[in-house]
Amino acid sequence: MGNFSNIMDTIRMIDQQHLDIRTITMGISLLDCVSEDPRRCCDKIYDKITRRAANLVRTGEQIQQEFGIPIVNKRISVTPMALVAAGCDTKDYVPFALAMDRAAKECGVDFIGGFSALVQKGFAKGDTYLLDAIPQALASTDIVCSSVNVGSTRAGINMDAVARMGRIVKETAHLTREKDGLGCAKLVVFCNAVEDNPFMAGAFHGVGEADSVINVGVSGPGVVYHALQECKGQPFDVVAETIKKTAFQITRMGQMVAAEASRRLDTPFGIVDLSLAPTPAVGDSVARILEEIGLETCGTHGTTAALAMLNDAVKKGGVMASGHVGGLSGAFIPVSEDEGMIAAAQRGTLCMDKLEAMTCVCSVGLDMIAVPGDTTAETISAIIADEAAIGMVNSKTTAVRIIPVEGKDVGDVVEMGGLLGSAPVMPVHKESAAAFVARGGRIPAPLQSLKN
Amino acid sequence: MKAIVTVVGKDQVGIIAGVCNTLSALHVNVLDISQTILQGYFTMMMVVDLSLCEKPFEDLSAALDGFGKERNLSIRIQREDIFEAMHQI
Repeated sequence: MGNFSNIMDTIRMIDQQHLDIRTITMGISLLDCVSEDPRRCCDKIYDKITRRAANLVRTGEQIQQEFGIPIVNKRISVTPMALVAAGCDTKDYVPFALAMDRAAKECGVDFIGGFSALVQKGFAKGDTYLLDAIPQALASTDIVCSSVNVGSTRAGINMDAVARMGRIVKETAHLTREKDGLGCAKLVVFCNAVEDNPFMAGAFHGVGEADSVINVGVSGPGVVYHALQECKGQPFDVVAETIKKTAFQITRMGQMVAAEASRRLDTPFGIVDLSLAPTPAVGDSVARILEEIGLETCGTHGTTAALAMLNDAVKKGGVMASGHVGGLSGAFIPVSEDEGMIAAAQRGTLCMDKLEAMTCVCSVGLDMIAVPGDTTAETISAIIADEAAIGMVNSKTTAVRIIPVEGKDVGDVVEMGGLLGSAPVMPVHKESAAAFVARGGRIPAPLQSLKN
Repeated sequence: MKAIVTVVGKDQVGIIAGVCNTLSALHVNVLDISQTILQGYFTMMMVVDLSLCEKPFEDLSAALDGFGKERNLSIRIQREDIFEAMHQI
């Protein structure tokens, strides 16, 4: 360890530039918890989660102390509950969410994901009941997250599911209206969902995964922002190279923490998710990176190109730094969780349509967007359909996490608290898409050749 | 196992002596020191060897933190691996 300036660099990144590990997420398979008796099934779920993740939080804290790197969240993801509960003799799936909530709180983690269903091509019995239970489940639990995959590049888009999700989002917002629709912040609608995502609210433990696994999500918009301040006015080649180098360093740290957590918990290492995950803190914003690249305000013309370059450079830098890369891997643009996005949305520069364009070139999609409370279920379904179409055609993951806040309108601000931040209510188009959504059926899978 | 101790704070008499005494009481061996004064602020980095230290890492961290609080200094100890991971291929 010859170079003392490297030491100060790292310490500066942690102290002043918000470098942290966003999450250590333990994926746990619940496939062996199936039982005909729903109570027995819930008990088995509780037992397995608390047994597997007993030391997760403690281990995270130890690593944080020894390496001096903050680990912001410890989380659990489980097998999509629609698969686990399908074998039970019950139509009420809310108790399964309650069992997840209890187990996660016993372990001391921040979130548990996997109250999920994969319905890109159709509904199995368990999927139907799970979708029915989502609003109540999210209203009666604190840290359970839910996700539904409604489309994929290979299957097309299940428009019946899209229509239902619009209504489910509205009902969830209604049941959690006392908390400004907080339930919707824990509900994601996906196209091309991934099985090893460590980030919430969309994490679940895929059926192709091992019995339990450690996935790590890194963060670091602040570090990239500071690095770019050193190359003002330089051509894009220099900008991309700087981002790559920074992403490499951030990911190496994530890889080291993942390997250490995996060893200490005696659980296989899954993946590092190469993400630039912002927080509402000043200096930890993806929007400010785009502005540093040369845009007056995030959302103006040029934003999509800047984001495309950023996203690609993060992946290129990160890939070499980690043994296994996966999850969502890319820059996140959650409006309420990013100080610069919040400011841009409040100015009116960043609108839904621009955000939609941005999701074509970066990780995930329309994320943490508050819309007026009188937005119809059909409009929300149509927003989901648009976003799913982008994912389907471009063979990438897209998602919608949208909050129709009852009693709030454009110009109001919704306080979500903590990492969820605060969301300015953004306008949506008023013209109806009801007849479009009412058609139902499936949008066929797209052609994978003749790409223009 | 090696670790890096960093000390930052207002310069005063006895910082190095105090840190070294704390480390020596815990059987931690100092391998390398770099120290400078930046705009009146004392900045020191030490490479230390923990192989003879029998106490858990958190005790070590707490002992240094205790001395730091007493003298109004920011003292941290981190395993060396993190710096190696980030700066060496």
